[in-house]
Amino acid sequence: MRLRLVPQETNFDFFRFRNATFGASIVAVIASLVLWLTVGLNFGIDFLGGTTIRTESAAAVDVGAYRAALEPLALGDVVISEVFDPTFAPDQNVAQIRVQAQDGAEAVTSDTVASIEAALQGVDPSITFPSVESVGPKVSGELVTTALVALGAAIAAMLVYIWLRFEWQFAVGAVAALVHDVILTIGIFSLLQIRFDLATIAALLTVLGYSINDTVVIFDRLRENLIKFKKTPLIEVMNRSVNETLARTLMTSGTTLLALIALLVLGGDVIRGFVFAIFWGVIVGTYSSVYVAKNVVLMLGVDRDPKSPDAGTQFADVDA
Amino acid sequence: MLQIEGWKRVLITLVCLAGILLAVPNLFYDRVERFNDAEAAIEAGVTTPEDAADAGLWPGFLPSGLVNLGLDLRGGAHLLAEVNLADVYAARVDAYWPEVRDALRGVRAEAGTIRRQESAGDALVVRISQPEGMAAAVEAVRGLAQPIQTLSGVGSTDIEVSGAGDLLTLTLSDAERARVDEQTMQQSLEVIRRRVDEAGTREPTIQRQGADRILVQVPGIGSAQELKDLIGSTARLTFHEVIGSTGDPEARVSADQLLVPVADPSRQGELRILERTPVVTGDDLTDAQSAFDQNGRPAVTFRFNPAGARLFGAFTSANVGQPFAVVLDGEVVTDPVINEPITGGSGQITGNFTVEEANVLGITLRAGALPAELTFLEERTIGPELGQDSIDAGQVAALVAMGAVVVFMVLSYGLFGAFATVALGLNVALIFGLLSLIGGTLTLPGIAGIVLTIGMAVDANVLVFERIREELRTAKGPARAIELGYEKALSAIVDANVTTFIIAVILFALGSGPVRGFAITLGVGILTSAFTAIFVTRLLVVMWFERRRPKTIEV
Repeated sequence: MRLRLVPQETNFDFFRFRNATFGASIVAVIASLVLWLTVGLNFGIDFLGGTTIRTESAAAVDVGAYRAALEPLALGDVVISEVFDPTFAPDQNVAQIRVQAQDGAEAVTSDTVASIEAALQGVDPSITFPSVESVGPKVSGELVTTALVALGAAIAAMLVYIWLRFEWQFAVGAVAALVHDVILTIGIFSLLQIRFDLATIAALLTVLGYSINDTVVIFDRLRENLIKFKKTPLIEVMNRSVNETLARTLMTSGTTLLALIALLVLGGDVIRGFVFAIFWGVIVGTYSSVYVAKNVVLMLGVDRDPKSPDAGTQFADVDA
Repeated sequence: MLQIEGWKRVLITLVCLAGILLAVPNLFYDRVERFNDAEAAIEAGVTTPEDAADAGLWPGFLPSGLVNLGLDLRGGAHLLAEVNLADVYAARVDAYWPEVRDALRGVRAEAGTIRRQESAGDALVVRISQPEGMAAAVEAVRGLAQPIQTLSGVGSTDIEVSGAGDLLTLTLSDAERARVDEQTMQQSLEVIRRRVDEAGTREPTIQRQGADRILVQVPGIGSAQELKDLIGSTARLTFHEVIGSTGDPEARVSADQLLVPVADPSRQGELRILERTPVVTGDDLTDAQSAFDQNGRPAVTFRFNPAGARLFGAFTSANVGQPFAVVLDGEVVTDPVINEPITGGSGQITGNFTVEEANVLGITLRAGALPAELTFLEERTIGPELGQDSIDAGQVAALVAMGAVVVFMVLSYGLFGAFATVALGLNVALIFGLLSLIGGTLTLPGIAGIVLTIGMAVDANVLVFERIREELRTAKGPARAIELGYEKALSAIVDANVTTFIIAVILFALGSGPVRGFAITLGVGILTSAFTAIFVTRLLVVMWFERRRPKTIEV
């Protein structure tokens, strides 16, 4: 007896509610943009500059006392948060302290770190500092640029690759789906105020990879079916392609999500934000492959006249 | 129909075996690491009994390459330093002064008397008493310019000379600056490497980044501050003739003299007026060691090279009864009175050091002075426990993820799922094998990358299996269905993997540190998962099929 996530033959009408789903995507994208602009992202020191100190102590974390101890140092914006994690030992009390970049300091000042550590040791002599990270404002500015360039380059590379392997309508559809995924991830990070740092950008790029993977598999089937069913209307061929690949889509997202859940629960708090971004991205990416990428292709239409110079794909038969 | 040639089978099996063999050392990480250290020590010719014992820990005929653990897993310090390249220009320009003086003396008839002016930064400014002779003066100084070879510039010279009114200005040309910058960077890298090596830490990473930055990563060091103490000071040591002392920091001294504060906190506010040109410098040292003086205070002993010893001997012989000053990074460390000529070429500096400071000073003097100051732009310290916690958490997560995926696959595809599971295990072994082979670095996001790969690696198998199911429905017989399944799924597998691989390449090119580590594991994972899905699973399926010859198959 086999486990089947979907019946052998499915014939869901994926495009029945296409206006509603596409509309929902647009609303979600706009909502994310609004959240991004109003609430804003909780940038980590990679992008803002400043110092984060992770503290660990056998005694319970007293955020108020920490704050009071740091008050006299006049460090500007200080964020203190206690960290909880199922992997911690019972007497492991962890907190994360973030201090903004100090005014006028182009580089990292170790005096600041030393004074913070001394102040905290005054509150709790058993406190240790498993990690201390400082990024100067000069570097953080460059990191922002690099991150944006990386995202842009990845999306541009996908556009070109899909264009070469399929058709331009497919490329536009795929890239629309990618942009959708990225913006929705930024939206949820704004909403939940999860720390957004360099690792999050890596996660976003991974999501791009996963999402495009998913999109390409369905496109691949669509390309095959377009040749097989020359007279069938596009919408039906598309629906058929999505149905035929449905089992695979669910299996793959299933196994990937299983692995990610394991990492999310057991992987420790240090990479939780990173894993969450990928987790969310896999869900959104799976959705967008069908409801954004395909919808866009459907709207743009596909040139199926074999005599047209644009039809067909000159690189489609390369190696595969 | 359903065939794989014999040589392909052999090749696939060999690749898998090689992967496993290369991955095995990572299972015995501590042991192999000690073995490697011992081997390195034996090769270097320094052997201790422990090394000899450690060398027996691992059979020498097995591969001993390990996956490097990133700082976030092993703990250690990370520093990004910017070299203040402009520092060097002033010293370079300064070095022209004797030549410029001589050249201008040669045209004394036209230019008159000369006087060097205090000037900011990297220009040498000379006032001449007869401005109408400026053209001749400029001409004379231009004669000192040396042509320099550059790839682009034809006929560029190392200095630029201009005259305005009665002031003659000499600056470095752009081409010369570029050359000096390059030299400064190379020298800084070399000095930092020597200092870090002297401190005896293992596997430090010292890399140049961009035009003026140096990345230093040292695993196992307690904090970034320790590392900064070691590489942060320029350690420019000079010995000067003392001209006088003062308590006024605003005191005016002539252009060939220096006003330097005294380092000793008990003599705060005191300054010494020194001859600008040092008698000898740290460049003339051959050795420096931390030691204790006759009163048991920490000190640093040093030894000059023959040229330095001669200069210092001549100076001390001529100045018995006079003080001289030892200046380290712009502060007078000590200014003893010369009791007798020091001709032996060795000496001792007793400042107000702690044992720790004397140690670091010994190392930095031995390794040489940094040509320019460093500014630290980024520093990260990760404690070793935090790294170990991350490794443990990552291991648990990977095992759970693997278990869940295996159960899911076997439940869904039965025997074929089991084949995919075998391939998945091989995939993880191949990832580690390949990472060990290329000396890749595993970081925390890298572990996440592997776990993610475990989830995604089955994708290619799923694509094939689903396709075989479909082909079975159109009833072509099992052999044909399997063959078609692989054939038709291939284009989707290729496209899916190429796109993800492009992302990995972009991450690698633009990322740094942990992100780059993630890109490597992601990229390697794509290669190995494509290999295992397309070749290994297929080989397993074909071998099973040949043995059983089933009439029907259930996927």
